[in-house]
Amino acid sequence: MRLLTRMGANRGALAGGVVLAIIFVMAIFAPLIVPIDPMATVATPLVAPGEQFAFGTDMLGRDVLAGIVHGARVSLLIGLLSTAVAVLIGVTIGAVAGYFGDWVDEVLVRVTEFFQTIPSFIFAILLVAIMTPGLGSIVISIAIVTWPPIARLARSEFLSLRHREFVEAAVLSGVRPLRIIVGEVLPNAASPLIVMSSLMIATAILTESALSFLGLGDPNRISWGYMIGAARTVFRQAWWLSVFPGLAIILTVLAINLVGEGLNDALNPHLKGRSSGDK
Amino acid sequence: MWPLGFAVRWLVKAVMVVLAITVLNFVLVRLSPGDPAVVMAGEAGAGDAQFLEQVRKDFQLDQPLAIQLLTYVKKVVTLDLGRSYRSRRAVADMLFERLPATLLLTGAAYLFALIIGPLLGALAAMRAHTVMDSALMVAALVFYATPIFWVGLILILFFSVNLGWLPAFGMYSMIQVKGVWAQTADVLKHLALPAVTLGLFYVAVYVRLTRASMLETANLEYVKTARAKGLPEWRVATAHILRTALIPIITFAGLQAGHLVGGAIVVETVFAWPGIGRLAFDALFQRDYNVLLGVFLLSALMVVFFNMLTDIAVRIADPRVGGRA
Repeated sequence: MRLLTRMGANRGALAGGVVLAIIFVMAIFAPLIVPIDPMATVATPLVAPGEQFAFGTDMLGRDVLAGIVHGARVSLLIGLLSTAVAVLIGVTIGAVAGYFGDWVDEVLVRVTEFFQTIPSFIFAILLVAIMTPGLGSIVISIAIVTWPPIARLARSEFLSLRHREFVEAAVLSGVRPLRIIVGEVLPNAASPLIVMSSLMIATAILTESALSFLGLGDPNRISWGYMIGAARTVFRQAWWLSVFPGLAIILTVLAINLVGEGLNDALNPHLKGRSSGDK
Repeated sequence: MWPLGFAVRWLVKAVMVVLAITVLNFVLVRLSPGDPAVVMAGEAGAGDAQFLEQVRKDFQLDQPLAIQLLTYVKKVVTLDLGRSYRSRRAVADMLFERLPATLLLTGAAYLFALIIGPLLGALAAMRAHTVMDSALMVAALVFYATPIFWVGLILILFFSVNLGWLPAFGMYSMIQVKGVWAQTADVLKHLALPAVTLGLFYVAVYVRLTRASMLETANLEYVKTARAKGLPEWRVATAHILRTALIPIITFAGLQAGHLVGGAIVVETVFAWPGIGRLAFDALFQRDYNVLLGVFLLSALMVVFFNMLTDIAVRIADPRVGGRA
């Protein structure tokens, strides 16, 4: 609760939190809010925004508003799932490297560095293309290209906590490494990891939108990036097809970034204001 | 600075990256479901038995895995990246043909971001906690959250469709202009929107970084000394604060190079810019994996190249680095 009050004091984080809550509600109750299939043709193509369709219709006569509301599901789902997988990979690698040190650390650091050098978006495209586009392949691809920063952070946290007294005490009393890593060290390394993961959700949503824009989205689910990409050929005549989904992406990503920075200031008060820019 | 040691170190790095990416490409094709020959042959795999046979022979797919990997690495090292199944042309030729356009685009975007970003960031830091500062920070926050392709579309709507100032597609005008200067101007006009589109995200990043970094540096002892000496405030800001504050920015810019090359794919797609990104996009739809794998390898090399440039830039900004090497 103290965390929430401290975050509430940050106006940006508060605004971000409210927007994010609205988007979450939109995603969860999408079929109730707009009971129209976003993939179904419901009117003549390219109706401009007006009384009947608040956000207009696209080149196949699909309701853009329905697409925006239902599309929130894909964005949030992929953002959350891919970050969860990336955190799992990153924390595992970082924890093992930082805890065991020595040659294990050496090898894992090299692997992490390599994954950080390769151009991540092109790698993601390649992964999705080879695995064939779908929710699962997108989640896995985004996770595979985004885990290295988490691994580096986890490693440095583990490295600095490894020789603290409470850890040494656990080692001496014969607790198994896995239990020390999960039960002793991880809880103490959690707050910077939480901050970084919250910001990663935003990056993941941006990456998903770019993949879908290029036509690598899940073909059975509407998503904001897909809507913009599909309307690319007619965007000069029908501005609403790219403007509204784009604003939805910006609002969501902005809200997550604001909340993430608020979390950073609340969890790491001594680093206040230094979160800007680093990923 | 030690030019020879420097060159050798980066050469080794480039070779390591090529080897690692090559192995990764091999593993990727292997991991994908189905016959690797079909994967390599893309769409054509379905109907073209002759091409499949060619792929099998090229990659010695009847041999054990280790030999296959060795064959593959040998091919890549000799710059034989296979053939595009679509055009039946050598992938390496296709890539080198497109490389200059991509280097021009990413280079221009990189420069644009590295000049405008720190400048605006410095402005925000010098006017910290004023309306100007707040406006800049809000703008940076918004651009940081905006998908690159969307910026491109909106800029096209505004500057090409509505105002008609700048061309929205391609690299040259349909009707060829005469004379070197006129041609350069023509390319620059076509370059403006894509370069700004690709650069804006990084401008946002560098504005935030510069501001934070400058505010941190502003309270250090040597800055107080400079002020106490009676130097004018702008001299303190540029020569003392900004120079030190730039170092983390340049380092970060180097880390972001890979991101920049990835962004180029999206931007080239939006603006029909004839670079390797556009090539990758077309290859994606024709399931032309040889081309895609080639683009991946080349873009990784570009990252190494940008990292090297960054390393040089850090040495210029921070004399201590060169002295230690």
